[in-house]
Amino acid sequence: MRPVLKQISQITFGLMSPENIREMSVRKIETPDTYDEDGYPIERGLMDPHLGVIDPSLKCKTCGSKGGDCQGHFGSIELSRPVVHVGFGDTIYKILQSSCSKCARVLLTENEIEIYTTKINELMKNDESLTKIIKEIYKEAKGVDRCPHCDEEQEEIKIDKPVSIMEGGYKLTPSEIRERLEKIGDEDSLLLGVNPEVARPEWMVLTVLPVPPVTVRPSITLETGERSEDDLTHKLVDILRINQRLIENMEAGAPQLIVEDLWELLQYHVTTYFDNEASGVPPARHRSKRPLKTLTQRLKGKEGRFRNNLSGKRVNFSARTVISPDPNISINEVGVPETIAKEVTVPVHVNEWNIDEMKRYIENGADVHPGANYVIRLDERKIRVYDETKEAILEKLEPGYIVERHLKNGDIVLFNRQPSLHRMSMMAHEVRILPYKTFRLNLCVCPPYNADFDGDEMNMHVFQTDESRAEAKSLMRVQEHILSPRFGGPIIGAIHDHISGAYLLTRKGSTFTEEQAFQIIRKAKMAIPKRKNRDWTGKELFSLLLPDKLNMQYKAEICKKCDTCLGKECNYDAYVVIEDGEIVTGAIDEKAYGSFSGKILDKIMKKYGSDRARQFLDESTSLAISGIMKVGITTSTHDEDIPEEAKERIQSHLANAEEKVDQLVEAYENNELEALPGRSLEETLEMKIMQVLGEARDKSGEIAEYYFGMDNHSVIMATTGARASMLNLTQISACVGQQSVRGGRIDRGYIERTLPHFRKNELGAKARGFVHSSYKEGLNPIEFYFHAMGGREGLVDTAIRTAQSGYMQRRLVNALQDISVKDNGMVTDNKGLIIQTIFGEDGVDPAKSDYGKVAKLDKIIDEMRVK
Amino acid sequence: MKKDILKHELVPEHNILSESDKKRVFKDLDCNQNQLPKIKITDPVVNAIDAKEGDVLQIKRKSDTAGTFITYRLVES
Repeated sequence: MRPVLKQISQITFGLMSPENIREMSVRKIETPDTYDEDGYPIERGLMDPHLGVIDPSLKCKTCGSKGGDCQGHFGSIELSRPVVHVGFGDTIYKILQSSCSKCARVLLTENEIEIYTTKINELMKNDESLTKIIKEIYKEAKGVDRCPHCDEEQEEIKIDKPVSIMEGGYKLTPSEIRERLEKIGDEDSLLLGVNPEVARPEWMVLTVLPVPPVTVRPSITLETGERSEDDLTHKLVDILRINQRLIENMEAGAPQLIVEDLWELLQYHVTTYFDNEASGVPPARHRSKRPLKTLTQRLKGKEGRFRNNLSGKRVNFSARTVISPDPNISINEVGVPETIAKEVTVPVHVNEWNIDEMKRYIENGADVHPGANYVIRLDERKIRVYDETKEAILEKLEPGYIVERHLKNGDIVLFNRQPSLHRMSMMAHEVRILPYKTFRLNLCVCPPYNADFDGDEMNMHVFQTDESRAEAKSLMRVQEHILSPRFGGPIIGAIHDHISGAYLLTRKGSTFTEEQAFQIIRKAKMAIPKRKNRDWTGKELFSLLLPDKLNMQYKAEICKKCDTCLGKECNYDAYVVIEDGEIVTGAIDEKAYGSFSGKILDKIMKKYGSDRARQFLDESTSLAISGIMKVGITTSTHDEDIPEEAKERIQSHLANAEEKVDQLVEAYENNELEALPGRSLEETLEMKIMQVLGEARDKSGEIAEYYFGMDNHSVIMATTGARASMLNLTQISACVGQQSVRGGRIDRGYIERTLPHFRKNELGAKARGFVHSSYKEGLNPIEFYFHAMGGREGLVDTAIRTAQSGYMQRRLVNALQDISVKDNGMVTDNKGLIIQTIFGEDGVDPAKSDYGKVAKLDKIIDEMRVK
Repeated sequence: MKKDILKHELVPEHNILSESDKKRVFKDLDCNQNQLPKIKITDPVVNAIDAKEGDVLQIKRKSDTAGTFITYRLVES
């Protein structure tokens, strides 16, 4: 690394004077041609070798260094007539408006000038913004129609965007504009918003144009040998050509009209050279009709220099591919395809202990897997490992060399999925080289990344230094992020089949012969336990994975929330009691080790640490998968079948509800309905109807649920929290329920009715989007239409919500990014200003808290009682 | 009909620190006076307890997470 040579202490922004530009220029450019017939750059042409060179075989005529080392030098074009700079058209207009056309003084009285000057000086002394006062002066001065200094009458000045300025019907030429600006005194120019220390108003009208070095506008050689020039070069050629013609015409004494036409054309070319998207100017086009990409276009917008090349850059040692699941690797691991492993490398410093290993990698070369791609010699030269150069490199290899070896098993890499909304979106994984072409990840890390496998892609970055690797290993590893700082519970945990699998394994009455039990244990790759010489229960199998001294009790996800809890005697096996690492009662489901709610996982993480938690999660998910493969799980639409009797009950119940709605409507029409406090009569009616219909849907669901048993796999999945919900099932089998738009019943469409099938102002259930049918029965056309309305609103809402919350997040992050917690727990901003004397007012790290609280005392006491 | 705002339940307890207390607080927090968050001299509570510019106020307020939380404010114009 190079030491600091110079340090920036100050940046001043101003305008470049013509003298500045000439001083900076190494060459005056006069010929519009670039190369001669032999392909050599023409002297005083746009590719003049004084402007720098790109080809490493050539030498720069200015600085003498080779192409690649020479960063280029500016040239200049002397414009035969001045032209207005597009960027300053508006500023010039404002200055002309507020200054006298004859004496060039600001159109303010001496008194006002004095007041404003002292104000501005005061503000400048305090480093405060001048924008406001400059605007005030402009507003004050532009209305004056007689100069207070020379008594000259002022004509109205208009601007025809972007650069033509008219004065009372006469178009001012750039020369005239420049003359006027020149006359403005330094004291006045400050009042007009131009600081005379760094700029003069007349510098906004160009007389000489800087020509950027060739490195800024390199030409491309096509395969055919043809040269293709950069857009900027094309534009400069245009400018030069018109400039030459203008000179020739003026020298020949051509009529004023022709000179003015050419001048106008020169103005057009210079304008589009700066900005090819200026309003009111037709964009300059390439021969292929493509608009040229000129200076402004290079910098502006998402693909511009700022957002694309400075704020965000492409990085080396990274990879991106599709992800797919692999339940057999640890949550800490990531499966990396061999093709990627051979491309991204880890730099290893050679020493006497690893030199033999490094030699093996070099022998393998770049194409065989644990190989090496580059070697960096002691003189910092980077050498590619080829079959031909291998031997020579091996001979010279000595401690101090750096070998860029392939990625191999056990390396730590950073794994990321966009959008990176929280810190769990980027976690450190251990590499596991696998065949095929996708990244493989354990299913438990899907929730933090919010990933699924419908084509999602993820990025991987390889750490290049030991410090970064060490830091990542201790702070960013997956196992360190099992608990989320969002709510103090596990965010990484079992999902889907892990949960239904564990339930099927551990539910009441689930027993296995010893042989079956050992098959499951072997398949899950667990340690082989002692024989029991009797049948095993699933609870005993799962208990093998729990820490020996674990004691806890909680209500499982399958809990029916009875009025009086029977505790251990729960009829549904929903009260989990674990004593000394043995499950006494209760089935394992989402509440046990699922992501977002796993109590056992949470307890193990907090009590035994991340290593034990990772081990538990890896083993228990593996066991659940083995278990589910033994027991089997399947689902079909038959799961949502309900008997005829149930259907009749639901129908009669819905008819009942509809009648109730009709009664409410009738009461409303007869003015018998009483308004609820703070609501109008109509609102009261709507609320009551919504309530009745909501109850009707719930009740029909309850009826359907009554006929569902725990032998139904769909129901198992819904109640254990593996996937879907009871609501989904009742909508499929019993009744879909009320459709809503904008939080209320559907009340839009035709005049005073939703569809022409109803009477005007009809308020009944069917007329306002209540769907009696179930998904399985099928919806009638009217119901289908309402359902589509509600469905569309849902889609639009999600689309809008993501956009809005994304922008909110961006603003929040920008506002908070510099805030940090100091060693003593104090929260400060980057200036040292205190935000909180103790982080969060209580100094608690939410990730280490008990679901946001420091501790839940009654829970702890409960657990002590069990012991 | 002027109400005593200090007695309102939403107004936390404000106290003006003495010079010695100030020193102790700055030592405890390992900071100086200018790092403290500011409170305007026109603030109704500052007016009510008659604090001067440059005074440091100790504010004891109820906190959901910590029970009571003590924070400090520098009175500035």
